Amino acid sequence: MGATVKTNDLRKIYNTPPPLAAPGSAIFARGKGPKKPKMEVKALDGVSLEVGAGEIFGLLGPNGAGKSTTVGILTTRVKPTSGDAWIGPHNVWREQVETKRLIGVVQQRPNLDFSLSAREILLFHAAYFGIGSAERTRRAAELLERFQLTERAEEIVRGYSGGMMQRLAIARAMMHDPDVLFLDEPSTGLDPQTRLLLWEIIREYNAAGKTILLTTHNMEEADALCQRIAIVDHGKVIAIGTPAELKHSVPGGYLVRVKFSAPVDGLADRLRELPGVNEVKVAGSSVDVYADSGGALVGAIAASASNAGVELSDVHISEPSLENLFLHHTGRSLRQ
Amino acid sequence: MNWKTFAAMLRRDAHVARRNFIPLLLQTMLQPILFVFIFGQVMIRSGFMPQNYRAMLLPGIMAISMLMTGVQAVSMPLIAEFQFTREIEDRLLAPMKIEWLAVEKVFAGVIQALISGFIVVIAAWLVMGANVGVKFQRPLEFALVVFLVALLSAAGGLTLGCSVGQTQIGLLFSLVLAPMIMFGCAYYPWSALKSFPVVQMAVLINPLVYASEGLRGTLAPQVPHMPTLVVIGVLAVVDAALIVVGLNRFFRKAVS
Repeated sequence: MGATVKTNDLRKIYNTPPPLAAPGSAIFARGKGPKKPKMEVKALDGVSLEVGAGEIFGLLGPNGAGKSTTVGILTTRVKPTSGDAWIGPHNVWREQVETKRLIGVVQQRPNLDFSLSAREILLFHAAYFGIGSAERTRRAAELLERFQLTERAEEIVRGYSGGMMQRLAIARAMMHDPDVLFLDEPSTGLDPQTRLLLWEIIREYNAAGKTILLTTHNMEEADALCQRIAIVDHGKVIAIGTPAELKHSVPGGYLVRVKFSAPVDGLADRLRELPGVNEVKVAGSSVDVYADSGGALVGAIAASASNAGVELSDVHISEPSLENLFLHHTGRSLRQ
Repeated sequence: MNWKTFAAMLRRDAHVARRNFIPLLLQTMLQPILFVFIFGQVMIRSGFMPQNYRAMLLPGIMAISMLMTGVQAVSMPLIAEFQFTREIEDRLLAPMKIEWLAVEKVFAGVIQALISGFIVVIAAWLVMGANVGVKFQRPLEFALVVFLVALLSAAGGLTLGCSVGQTQIGLLFSLVLAPMIMFGCAYYPWSALKSFPVVQMAVLINPLVYASEGLRGTLAPQVPHMPTLVVIGVLAVVDAALIVVGLNRFFRKAVS
C-alpha cells in the first residue's frame, strides 16, 4: 500500500550552491578558499503539503521554484533549515533509514552507478534493500522487459542514451517496490512515445495503491497524470487542488491576451465592462483579459480599441489551462 | 546497523574491482617494480648503491604502494561520484545510515591497500632476488603496522576525496602526493635526514614517514628506523583524526 507524504512549513536556505538547483536559480560562486563570496539562496519559504496514500500528486512550477528542494528534503538528501517532513509515520530527517525503505526516487539527473551494467544496477539496488537473490533476479528481468531495456541489459550504462538512462533510473526506483515513488521531472529528455510508456507505467504503479509524487514544468503532464497539483513558485505553494478545480479557479477560464499599437489610459476599464469579462490586467500596451469566452470577445475588444484610437496588433486566445492559472497567479508564463 | 546493505555494497565494490583487475594491477604494480628494478638491481649491480640498500628500499616501496592504492581506491570514485550527476545518491538512498557508506568505502580501501602491499612485496622480492635481507621476526607488530598503514591510506583517501573536486585531481597528485612520496622516507631512512635538521623536523607532519619507518622497523630492523611503538602510536592518532575529519566532510557533501 502507499504511504502518506506530509510537509509542515518547510524552509530551506542554501548558503552553498544547491547541488540539484536548476540553472538560473542560483549564482554559482567560483572562488578560492575563504575568499568565496557568501551566498544565500532561499529555495523554500514555508511549504506545507499533504499527499494522501495512493494519490498521484504533482508539483508544478518553473525552473528554480523549489520543486527539487522539496523532493530533496522528502528523500533525506537535503536538510531543511526549518520545518518537518513525514513519509507515512516517519519523520524524514530523524528516521532516515525507515524513510528510505518506504521511498523510491528518480532524480532529475541520471545518477546511475556508471561502473555497472543495467541488470547489475537493478540487482545490486535490490541487494542494498535486502531482497533475496531469486526474487531480485526475477524483478530485474521483469522491469528490464517492461522498460524495453532487455536487449542492452548487459551493457555498462555509460554508453546509454539519455532516454535509456532515465528509463533505467525509474526501473531502479521501482525495484524494491516502494510505497512512495518520487519522480523529479521524469519525462525530461524522453521522446513522446517513451513519455506515453512512462505515463502508462506510472498509472499502473498507482493502480497498485502506491503514492506518487512527481514534479514537472509541463502542464500537459501534470494535467494528464495528477489527481492533485500544487503550483509552486519562489519557494511557496501558490495554489493547490485537482487540475479541474485549479483551472476553474482562474476567473473566466479563457484568457485573451491582446496587444495594442500603443498604451491607452482607461481602456482597461472599458474592457472590464464588456459582457463576460471577469478580470483585466494591464502591462503597458499588452492586456490580459480573463473571460467566460474566447473568440467571441475579440470583436468587442477590437471595437473598444478603435473607439480609443488604437489598433489591435496581436491577439492570443487560450482555453482554460494550468498555464493560464500559473500566469494568473504569478504574472509570468511557465515557459518564461 | 544494516549489515545486509553494508555487505551488498562491499560485494558491489569487489565486483567493480574484479572487473578492473588488470588495469588496477598495472596501475599499482608497474611503478614500484620499475623502481625496484632500477634501484634494487641496476644501481646495486653497477656498484652505485650498496647491497644493503635492498632491505632499506623494500619496506619503503611497500609503504608507498599501499598508501597510493588506498588513497586512489577511495578518493577517485568518491570524487567522481560527488560530481554533477551525484552518482553517489545511488547508494546514499540505500536503507543504511549514510555514515556507514563512508565506513564501507574505507573498509574496501583497507582491503585493496592490503592486497596491493602484499603483491608488491612479493613482486619486489622476485625482482631483487633472494638476498634482500628482510627479517620477518616480529609478525604481530608487523601485522599491526600494516593494518594501520592500510587504514591510513583509506581514511586519507576519504578525507582527500571529500575535499577535492574533479578539476583539482592533477593538483592533488603534483602538490600533495608527489612531495609526500619524496619526503616520505621511503627511499631513505629518516635518520639519513640528520644533515638537514629543518627538513628532518618538517617531514614529521608527513604520515608516510611513519608508514615507511614502521614497516622498516618490523621488516628490516637492522636498518636505522624510528622506534616501532612511536610509529604505532602516531599512526593510530593520525588514522583516528583522518576518519573523524573524513566522515565529517563526507556527511557535509552528502547532504545539502
